[in-house]
Amino acid sequence: MNSILSEDESRAMLAKLLEDAYPDDRGRYGPFGGRYVPETLVPAIDRLQAGVDRYLRDADFLEEFHAELAGWVGRPTPLTHARGLSSRWGAQVWLKREDLAHTGAHKINNSIGQVLLAKKLGARRIIAETGAGQHGVATAAACARLDMPCTVYMGAVDMARQAPNVGRMKLLGAGVVPVTSGDRTLRAAVDEALRDWVSDPDGTYYCLGSAIGPHPYPYIVRELQSVIGREAREQFLAQTGVLPDLIAACIGGGSNAIGLFHPFLKDSEVQMLGLEAGGIGAGLGQNAASLAHGTPGVLQGCYSLLLQDEHGQIQETQSVSAGLDYPGVGPEHALLMSVGRVRYEAVEDTDALEALAECCAAEGILPAIESSHALAGARRYAQAHPGARILIGLSGRGDKDMSTLQSRLLGEKE
Amino acid sequence: MMSPQTRISEAIRSAAAGGQPALVAYVTAGFPRREGFLEQLHAIAEAVDVIEIGVPFSDPMADGPTIQRSNRAALAQGVSLQWILAELAAAERRPAVPILLMSYLNPLLAYGLERLPDAALRAGVSGFIVPDLPYEECGPLRQTLDTRGLALVQLITPVTPPARLQMLCDYSRGFVYAVTMTGTTGKSVAIPQNTLDYLQRARRVSPLPVCAGFGIRGREQVSRLAPYVDGVIVGSALVEVIERGEDPAAFLQALRRG
Repeated sequence: MNSILSEDESRAMLAKLLEDAYPDDRGRYGPFGGRYVPETLVPAIDRLQAGVDRYLRDADFLEEFHAELAGWVGRPTPLTHARGLSSRWGAQVWLKREDLAHTGAHKINNSIGQVLLAKKLGARRIIAETGAGQHGVATAAACARLDMPCTVYMGAVDMARQAPNVGRMKLLGAGVVPVTSGDRTLRAAVDEALRDWVSDPDGTYYCLGSAIGPHPYPYIVRELQSVIGREAREQFLAQTGVLPDLIAACIGGGSNAIGLFHPFLKDSEVQMLGLEAGGIGAGLGQNAASLAHGTPGVLQGCYSLLLQDEHGQIQETQSVSAGLDYPGVGPEHALLMSVGRVRYEAVEDTDALEALAECCAAEGILPAIESSHALAGARRYAQAHPGARILIGLSGRGDKDMSTLQSRLLGEKE
Repeated sequence: MMSPQTRISEAIRSAAAGGQPALVAYVTAGFPRREGFLEQLHAIAEAVDVIEIGVPFSDPMADGPTIQRSNRAALAQGVSLQWILAELAAAERRPAVPILLMSYLNPLLAYGLERLPDAALRAGVSGFIVPDLPYEECGPLRQTLDTRGLALVQLITPVTPPARLQMLCDYSRGFVYAVTMTGTTGKSVAIPQNTLDYLQRARRVSPLPVCAGFGIRGREQVSRLAPYVDGVIVGSALVEVIERGEDPAAFLQALRRG
């Protein structure tokens, strides 16, 4: 447990959380969050904040956003009763099908919303970073849809393991810039995108892909992704007449999870479980489980839990899933763990891959490796809670992971 | 006795009194090797008025490729804030010019803000520059440094609005770090007239000396900036000189001649 709060603080913050008090006016989620950015970006962040205050609660903007979600993204996505998994696990399992959203993952909700916002703010170009490529594809698609130039930064390691998504981004008209500095994965791509933004803070809009970064990004992403949880809550009630006992979602930076969790936070009877990338073990450098193994610090604009050494140097991570391979986590998740509202656990690579295979066999659904972490964590819960009603956020589909799956599950050479 | 932050301001002012801007040099600690760090520091100190020692960080988001590279090389050799402070504290003799540490926030947090000021004083460090710490977030560090008279230098940029510029200049300690461009460190800049206007504006409102940094590589730029600033900061170009194994003092001395 990494809570840096006393019991009293934790109780007080839980109460404030349930009153929707976070983020506060300094962009804090309790002790977490804030905006730790170079001075060059401060005016751009101020403009972004003003835009968020103006548009994210504006009826016309929201109407436009929801029209894109319905007519282009394909929302609402279904809530599927997973009969095969239910019978195998001895529980009742439902899947919130973000894999059926346009471009194949939840990322599109955020990208179309942010690119719409960028247009309102007068941006001339969009930049984005991507790990697994899903956010890059989603942003490239949203930019094509809304006629904005798009540049995507992607770590060289990720480009190799997610080659089909690189092709998709290019077909959708985006420039893809390989990042060869740092660890050559998502974190290095975020660094590079931030550097680009610093170079042209007036004309460039940085479409950040997860619930991380300086305020107001974690808030923007939560608001745009909360459509997942709102739909899931309504659908679950409509199908079963009750709320689930558990909702589970995978966590890298945490955008799909915060989107699913947030509309359920006040439902005290609903337990929540976030599943991080446990990689190949608990040691530093063997996983990407910032909540399970991290300590507080500042990275890429916010104060949260990080995988770092005793000198504050950020450590390299390991996960079979490029989309979860990040050494930090969104500040709201750090708070949700600290106040005890959400439990977070790590799922190792082999368990995630096993869950992926089981979902394919039992449901006829190929989930993303990211989402398979949620499946594996939910299965563990089901074993301990027979008959439980479990809602799992299926954040994306696994087509993009085929080269990894061919070598890891099918025994073929890469 | 002069406080450490006043010592920085005075060093810049007295150097600039002769008509040439003061010279502030940035070096990444322990680059290219840990061995000889103090000797390198002494050699550079002979040629400049203030030294910034870069604390290497794994994710230096405000820095360009040169400083990223030097940070990575230093980290690979085990350089840390702890090591830098210990080396300086144990040095038989210190550079005669004021020393600042330039560090991203996370290594400072990991070290512990509460024990930082005393450790800095023991090491002969007069202040800090923290590129990812904007005014709104700097309260805790500023308060702890203030207790020992240590400087926390604020940065201003060409896109800083006028009211904020005034506030940052008032709030800064030691000097005001005027970033010459919107971008990361290391790119060469032509220094357009509007940059000079912004520097002049800053100097007019600032109670402290104003030093220009980012992208300063040669004597021509220093000459162009000279009438508008109290000092110039040279970082990436110096790190590249060191990287090539050339004489840093000779490079720095050449910047002054003109």
